[in-house]
Amino acid sequence: MTHVQHHIPDAMLKAYASGNISPHFATLVAAHISMCEICRVALGAHEAVGGALLDVTKAVDVSSSLKTDVFSKLDAPFTPKPVFDRSGIYPGPIVQAMKGQEPRWKSLGMGIRQHIISYDKQGSLRLLYIPAGQAVPEHGHNGLELTLVLQGSFSDETGQFGVGDVEVGDEDLAHVPTADAGPPCICLAATDASLRFAGLIPRMLQPIFKI
Amino acid sequence: MLAVRDSRDRDAFSHLFDYFAPRLKGFIIKTGVSGAQAEEIVQDVMLTVWRKSAQFDPHRAQVSAWIYQIARNRQIDMMRKDARPIPEELKAEPHQEDDAMQILAMDQEAQKLKHAISKLSKDQRVAIEQAYLGELTHQEISDQSGVPLGTIKSRIRLGLERLRLELKGLRS
Ligand SMILES: [Zn+2]
Ligand SMILES: [Zn+2]
Repeated sequence: MTHVQHHIPDAMLKAYASGNISPHFATLVAAHISMCEICRVALGAHEAVGGALLDVTKAVDVSSSLKTDVFSKLDAPFTPKPVFDRSGIYPGPIVQAMKGQEPRWKSLGMGIRQHIISYDKQGSLRLLYIPAGQAVPEHGHNGLELTLVLQGSFSDETGQFGVGDVEVGDEDLAHVPTADAGPPCICLAATDASLRFAGLIPRMLQPIFKI
Repeated sequence: MLAVRDSRDRDAFSHLFDYFAPRLKGFIIKTGVSGAQAEEIVQDVMLTVWRKSAQFDPHRAQVSAWIYQIARNRQIDMMRKDARPIPEELKAEPHQEDDAMQILAMDQEAQKLKHAISKLSKDQRVAIEQAYLGELTHQEISDQSGVPLGTIKSRIRLGLERLRLELKGLRS
């Protein structure tokens, strides 16, 4: 937790603060912040800017009934939203995205497994399980891919990523992420577009695996 | 806010309401929401402030920053089926004698931030507001104002750089 080397890009923290990113990326950002004090502070800075903007906003009169309404409800019972706690290697936001369920792993071949948490027009959010020494086939990215390590570590052309680290892949990155020796590498990956695989067979399998 | 949190003080909450409710309404209307809808959101936000006041930690956030985040969460939740993912709460840290100093320092920083925002040009101010209100994507921002995307992006960047410069001075 204290060894996080690779963080969420600042622009994405700002977009998260303002609610301007897809739920897939939002879950990954919230999961990283659950593991990283540095990004929690950086997010706090963006919220401070938002708060200052709120402070200097020109007040608009509210209707006279609004305050009475609010005060009449102060004692009303309410059910707080369920709070999802960390479960094993999964921080609360991931548990929330999985609705409290365990991942249901599906094999992608070569010992690699995935569990798709969500998949829609805006992109996808999935867990990946890569045994030590195993590589994900070489691929590029049609958009943005954020990968957060939850267990073990992996390395690629750009460096090594351990627990809590985030790798940011974009159109300019083509890589072969390979799990390092040790426990299987488990990552959370969020994308806003499909990947571009170099090999023919992974390309053929792409629609099936929704990658 | 601390009186609301620690002694459920309704007078203090009333002051908080009088200060923030009209500002929240003005803020939310800027996202393109009608006045009536904005008031509904303001009501939810102020109730959340009352109910979740135990989570407010003045060492971590200014009241306005905390309320900003509640307002953003509320508005995003309304647009989505699932609740917005938020980070795990930190375990409460023990605060000791520097409490007052730390809170004062945060207050001063917030004052300087407000000052910095008030010195932005109108264009920069609008760009920053749109970025932090977040209803609009960069593409939509440019559609709305009829300015090419490239210009808008750099305007946001300029505004932020300006802010960052202002902020640098107070961090050192
Ligand atoms: Zn971080
Ligand atoms: Zn990749």
